[in-house]
Amino acid sequence: MAPLLQMSGIRKEYPGVVALQDVGFELRSGEVHCLLGENGAGKSTLMKILSGAIRRDAGRIMIDGVDAVVDTPADAQRHGIGMIYQDFKLVPELSVAENIFLGNEPTQGRLPLIDYSLMHERSREVIAMLGESIPTAAQVRGLSIAQRQIVEIAKALSKKVRVLAMDEPTAPLTEHEMKNLFKVIRRLKEEGVGIIYISHRLEEIFEIGDRITVLRDGTFVHSCLVAEADKRSLVRWMVGRELEQEYPKIPLDRGGELLRIEHLNAGMLKDINLTLYQGEILGLAGLVGAGRTELARVLFGADPRESGRVTLGGKEIAPRSPREAIDAGIGLLTEDRNAYGLIMQMSVRENITLSNLKEVASGPFLSRSAESAVAERFTSELRIKTPGIEQQVEHLSGGNRQKVVLARWLFTKSSLLIFDEPTAGIDVGVKFEIYQLINRLAQEGVGVIVISSDLPELLGVSDRVAVMCEGRLTGILSRQEATQERVMLLASGETALEGFRG
Amino acid sequence: MPVLKTMRFGIWLALLLEVLLLTILTSSFGGSSGFESTFLNWSNLSQVIRALSFIAIMGVGQAVVIITGGIDLSVGSVLGLSGVVTAVLLNANVGTPAAVLAGVVVGLFGGILNGLVITRAKLPPFIVTLGMMSIARGLAFAITGGETIRSLPPGFLLIGQGEILGLPIPILAMALLAATVGFLLRSTPWGRYTYAIGGNEEAALLSGVSVHRVKIAVYALCGLAAGIAGVLFTSRFGVGQSTAGLGYELDVVAAAVIGGVSLTGGRGTILGVIIGSLLMGILRNGLVLLDVSAYWQQVAIGLVIVLAVILDRRTTSS
Repeated sequence: MAPLLQMSGIRKEYPGVVALQDVGFELRSGEVHCLLGENGAGKSTLMKILSGAIRRDAGRIMIDGVDAVVDTPADAQRHGIGMIYQDFKLVPELSVAENIFLGNEPTQGRLPLIDYSLMHERSREVIAMLGESIPTAAQVRGLSIAQRQIVEIAKALSKKVRVLAMDEPTAPLTEHEMKNLFKVIRRLKEEGVGIIYISHRLEEIFEIGDRITVLRDGTFVHSCLVAEADKRSLVRWMVGRELEQEYPKIPLDRGGELLRIEHLNAGMLKDINLTLYQGEILGLAGLVGAGRTELARVLFGADPRESGRVTLGGKEIAPRSPREAIDAGIGLLTEDRNAYGLIMQMSVRENITLSNLKEVASGPFLSRSAESAVAERFTSELRIKTPGIEQQVEHLSGGNRQKVVLARWLFTKSSLLIFDEPTAGIDVGVKFEIYQLINRLAQEGVGVIVISSDLPELLGVSDRVAVMCEGRLTGILSRQEATQERVMLLASGETALEGFRG
Repeated sequence: MPVLKTMRFGIWLALLLEVLLLTILTSSFGGSSGFESTFLNWSNLSQVIRALSFIAIMGVGQAVVIITGGIDLSVGSVLGLSGVVTAVLLNANVGTPAAVLAGVVVGLFGGILNGLVITRAKLPPFIVTLGMMSIARGLAFAITGGETIRSLPPGFLLIGQGEILGLPIPILAMALLAATVGFLLRSTPWGRYTYAIGGNEEAALLSGVSVHRVKIAVYALCGLAAGIAGVLFTSRFGVGQSTAGLGYELDVVAAAVIGGVSLTGGRGTILGVIIGSLLMGILRNGLVLLDVSAYWQQVAIGLVIVLAVILDRRTTSS
C-alpha cells in the first residue's frame, strides 16, 4: 500500500541560500513521524511547502501514491493537510465552537445563516473524540494554553485532516498537560491520522514517536524507526559531530553571599526566603504558574513588591524599574525573547548595546565606533551567525536571536543574572553553548538563577535547585539531593522538611 | 542606522517626478526670454517652502512621536493657541522676546501635559491628544473671543516675514530644527530609546529603557515644535487667529507617513518627513499655478498621498 504522504526531491532556493536540497519525507497513516534538526535545518521550510504557504522549486508531493498539487493553503486543506503552529491561529473573542468551524460554518439548510446548535453539537463530538471536555460556548480568550491547543487540534479534525503537522506542541505545556497531549495524539493515531511531530526535546521523541527523519543544513541526513535510535545518535545526526556530554557541569566554587531575599511578598508570591552565593547556579523549578517568572520580575523591578527585604552584595536594594535593577547589577533574560527581549527591526548592534548605552557613549552622544566594536566582539565571542552586526534581528534564527539577548546581558556586566527559560525552542548545539556560557559566568563570580521547565536540564546545570509551588518556595535541594521525583513532589506542593533552608 | 539604508528611494522618485512634471506643465519655451517656468523659479520656490515650513516643523515633532508608536492630534490646535497667546501678549506690550517665549512655552507645556497623561493614566495617545486638540482650540477661542488680533509690532513680524542671507526665517527654523532633532535621534541614547519603544515597548522597558521619561520628552518635543510653528505662523500672517492651524494635524501626519515613518512605530527618519512635507507643499502650489479649482485640488492631494505611499512601499524591499 502506498504511504499516506510522500515528498521526494524537494528543493527550495532563496536568493543566496538553498533552504532545501533534494529532501524526501514519508508519512504512513496512523504513525507519529518526528522531524528533527537544528534551527535553520529546513524543517519549517519543508512544513511551509507541505501546507502550501510557500511553493517548492522542484520535487513531488504524493498523497496515497497520487501526485498532488499543493500550491496554496486551500490546496493543502483540500488534501486533508493540517498544521498546528506554535502561535495558535485562534480568534480570542470568538467561542470554542465558532473557532473550530471558522470559515467552515454549518448552515441552516439553504439559508446562509449559521446553524449554531449543529455547530455546537459537532464541536462537542470532535472534542469528545479527543477525550477532552471544553465547553463549546466558552470564549477562547479565557482558555488555558493547553485547552487552546486542543481547540486547534479539534479545528483540524473537523476539516477531516489526514496529515497533521505539529510544531513544538509541548513547548508551552506543563508536565501534566504534556501527558494529556500525548493521549490525544495516540487517539489521533487510532483514527488513522498521520502526524508530523517537530520538537527540540529529545525525551519526547522516544515517548511518542514511531519514526524519525533528521535534516541538517537543508539536506536529508537520516531516517529510521525510533526503536533503532538513541539520544546520542540523534544528536550526532542533527549536529554533525559528537557532543561530549549533555550538560558540561563544572564543580561549584562558590564565593561569598551575593543575594539575600527575606520574607518577600508580592502579588502571588508569599514569604519567599532565599540566598544565592557568588559563582553559584541556582535552578528555579516549578510548574508553569508557580511564580518563578513573577519572582524574577519582582527582583528585576518590573513588578512591585509589597514587603520584604532584598540585599545584593550586602546592600539593600528596592528597584522600582528595570533601569534601577540594571544599575544595581541585576540582569534578566526574559522568557519569550521575541515578545519581551528583542526589538525586531533593530540591528544586532543596536540590540546588544541597548541596556548599556552609557558604556558606548562619549559625553551625551553615542560613539558609533565604540558601539560597533562591542557588537563585533560579542558576535564573534558567542559565534552569532549573522551576515554582519547591521543585520536586523528579525532575520536571524531562534538560537542566534537568543545569543544576541545573551550578549546584551553580558555587556551589562551584572553581578546577578536571571535566565528565564533560556533554551526554549533552541536546538541542541546552541543549548550546549548556552550551558557553557552560564558556567563561564559562574566561574567569573556572577550569581546565576536559571528558570526552566525542562527538568533534566535544570538538574543538569544547577548547583542547587529551589522549588516553587503556588507562589511559595517549597524546598531547596542540593545537587546531590535533587532528583526528578523529589523536585516534582515539591513542585506539586509536598513541602519537604528535609533539605529545607531559609 | 545608516541614512541610505533606511531612506527609501521611492519617495525621492515621487518628489522628482512631481517637480519634473510641474516644471514641464508650467513652462513656456522659446519666446524672448528662452526657458521660463512659473513654478521653477527662485521666488516661487522660496514662497512654497516657506508656506510648507509650518507643516514641516510640526512634522519633525510628529515623526518622533509616531516613531514611538504614538500619535499627536493636538498639534494644529496647539499652533493656534500658541499663536493667539503670543499675539495677545504682544498687544499687552510685554515685548517681543517675552511674547515669543510665552508662545513657545505654551506649546511645550501642552506637549508635556499630553505626555504625562499618556504615561501616568496609561491612556491611548489617540484619545489623550484628541482631548488636547479640543481643549487647546477651545482656549484659543476663549482668549480672543473669536476676534482676530491685528496690528502686531513690526519687530515681531520680521520673524515670519524677514530673511537672513536671502532665506526666509521660517525655512531656516525648519532646517535648524530638522537637523538638530535628526542628529539627536541618530546620536543620543534618547534617540535610540525612541526607536526601541516603537519597536517593542515591553522589551524596551525590560531592557532598562525609562519608557515614561522618554515618552514625556517625545510629546514635549512635539508640543514645542507646534509652539514654534505657532509663533512663526502668527508672525508670517501678521494676525493672531483662534482658527489658525485648523485641520493641520492631518497634513502633518500625512507628511510623516508619506516620508516613510511607520504608523506602527519603530521606523522613520526626519529627512523622510521633510521630503514628505515638500511633496505635499509643492503639489498644492502646482495645482494653484495650473489653475485647478480648490475642490479638485483636494481630490488630487488625496490621490497623491495614497499613490506616494504605494510607490514608497513598492520600492522598499521587505
